[in-house]
Amino acid sequence: MSSLALSFELAGCVSAILLLIGTPIAYWLAYSNWRGKFLLESVVALPLVLPPTVLGFYALLAMGPHGPLGRLWMAVFGHGLAFTFTGLVLASVVYSFPFAVQPLIASFEAVDRKLLDASAVLGAGRWRTFRRIILPLSLPGVITALVLCFAHTLGEFGVVLMVGGNLPGVTRTVSIDIYDRVQSLEYGEANRLALLLLAMAFSVLCVIYAVNRRVWTPGWTRWAAR
Amino acid sequence: MGGEVNTSALAASIRKERRGRDASFVLDVSLEAPPGITILFGASGAGKSTLLDCIAGLVRPEAGKISIGAEVLFDSAMQIDVASQKRCIAYVFQSLALFPHLTVEQNIEYGLANMAEPAQRTSVEEILEAFRVEKLRNQKPGQISGGERQRAALARSLVTAPRALLLDEPLTGLDAELKGSIVEDLRAWNASRRIPILYVTHSREEVDALGERVIAIDDGRVVGRGAPMDVLDAPRRKRVAQVAGFENLLCGKVLDLREPDGVMRVELGESRCEIEVPLAHASSGDRVQVAIRAGDILLASERPRGLSARNVLEGRVISLEQRSAMYIARVDCGVTFVVHVTPGAVRALELAAGKQIWLVLKTHSCHLVD
Repeated sequence: MSSLALSFELAGCVSAILLLIGTPIAYWLAYSNWRGKFLLESVVALPLVLPPTVLGFYALLAMGPHGPLGRLWMAVFGHGLAFTFTGLVLASVVYSFPFAVQPLIASFEAVDRKLLDASAVLGAGRWRTFRRIILPLSLPGVITALVLCFAHTLGEFGVVLMVGGNLPGVTRTVSIDIYDRVQSLEYGEANRLALLLLAMAFSVLCVIYAVNRRVWTPGWTRWAAR
Repeated sequence: MGGEVNTSALAASIRKERRGRDASFVLDVSLEAPPGITILFGASGAGKSTLLDCIAGLVRPEAGKISIGAEVLFDSAMQIDVASQKRCIAYVFQSLALFPHLTVEQNIEYGLANMAEPAQRTSVEEILEAFRVEKLRNQKPGQISGGERQRAALARSLVTAPRALLLDEPLTGLDAELKGSIVEDLRAWNASRRIPILYVTHSREEVDALGERVIAIDDGRVVGRGAPMDVLDAPRRKRVAQVAGFENLLCGKVLDLREPDGVMRVELGESRCEIEVPLAHASSGDRVQVAIRAGDILLASERPRGLSARNVLEGRVISLEQRSAMYIARVDCGVTFVVHVTPGAVRALELAAGKQIWLVLKTHSCHLVD
């Protein structure tokens, strides 16, 4: 498999997983009244400020044959986690976590609380309120979270290098491939990949932002903003 | 009163503390709303919305009891707290809180999730018609006018066949005619259902349009209840007087009590201006506040004689300004009075700034407030 396809597969997996686990966490962070909430918020934001190598280093230790995660994985599946695609997905999920959760929190918090009160007095429980009111009104935030996760995972380097190494077709993502080619002075090939990545990243962003804009402009948002 | 009527009355007796940054606020009220419209009147910040939030189950009181008829919705002693989605109480917020991404019809259907499809259709059609919003069914809230939004919000709340309706200044910002027509539709809807409606407002105009019963709230407490005339025309609290439209709120000192006549004399401000007011629990030397409506004061261009009114004050017009069909005169009698005058009277009396004038006040137009 080409390094480009591998990168896309990785970014797709990570975005999907983050949307699934990030949504309930963002919901809780947006609506909980717990005073110690800031602790979890700090943990969520940690990957933003840590150097990727620090994160990758600890991920590698945890996934290694003597690490807790690595041993657990070995016991259940019979093989290790480090230098596998699954390990790469796990580390990337941690690394891109804030990029999914923060836009989701922001968009959940932006939903007018009175709408949630109105939903409750109209007999709707939490789940119905989430599905019918919060989610549709937070759609721009959900799209933003997906875009950021995808783009961020596509471009990551340090964490992948630490956890995944450089196994062709397994953990050699496009950013590592480019780095490799530059190291071996294959500038032409590096440029081809880099340009392709640039073009694809740009067009993905264009498509998604265009969708995002259209969701944003209908009359109700102007009215709701008043 | 018939037994049937009493069973569906809304009763609330609650205590709720709100700790703010600079001051804590305590809501401590006990009230009953029988079927029909009961108005909650008070200045903003008096605790009216907090009270409605408690009744709807959106805010949990520290102590108290809330019930509709025989069914208890909240009882701190019995540890009962029915979730707001199970209370069957409709609530129209000041902001209306229509769902902006749903059409008027989808908004109205929202509260009928547990109803079978055919019954749901009938209810929706009925309410769309009752509140005259059929034509707007496919519009979103952002595409319709303020009055139409208010109608849609009422329809959405009432389609669920609630046991009580809470309205938090729902008609703010509408002109009188539109207000009247919406209130008429609400009355018509409630004529057959007879549910208790708690209507929060700080507009005297709305009280007069709706008024059956008024409960006045100030600073978290009930300060008056009864017919609008009794509660608001003789306010007991300064803030209620202000909100109820008493333009003149004057400080004074009790001079003497004339118990046989049921009156006492009060010196206003630091002036020699004395007026006679109805007797109250006070003794001479006490500081009191007197509330007088600007429209209750008569003007005379000469010293009047042979009047039943006991208070005749000499003064001078300070200013005269026109407000649509009415003039507002400020008259200095040692203290400044605000007086409303018709354009005709301004011409007849040749009113102008600087003119000498006499004010005539009936004793019972002067209300003592706390």
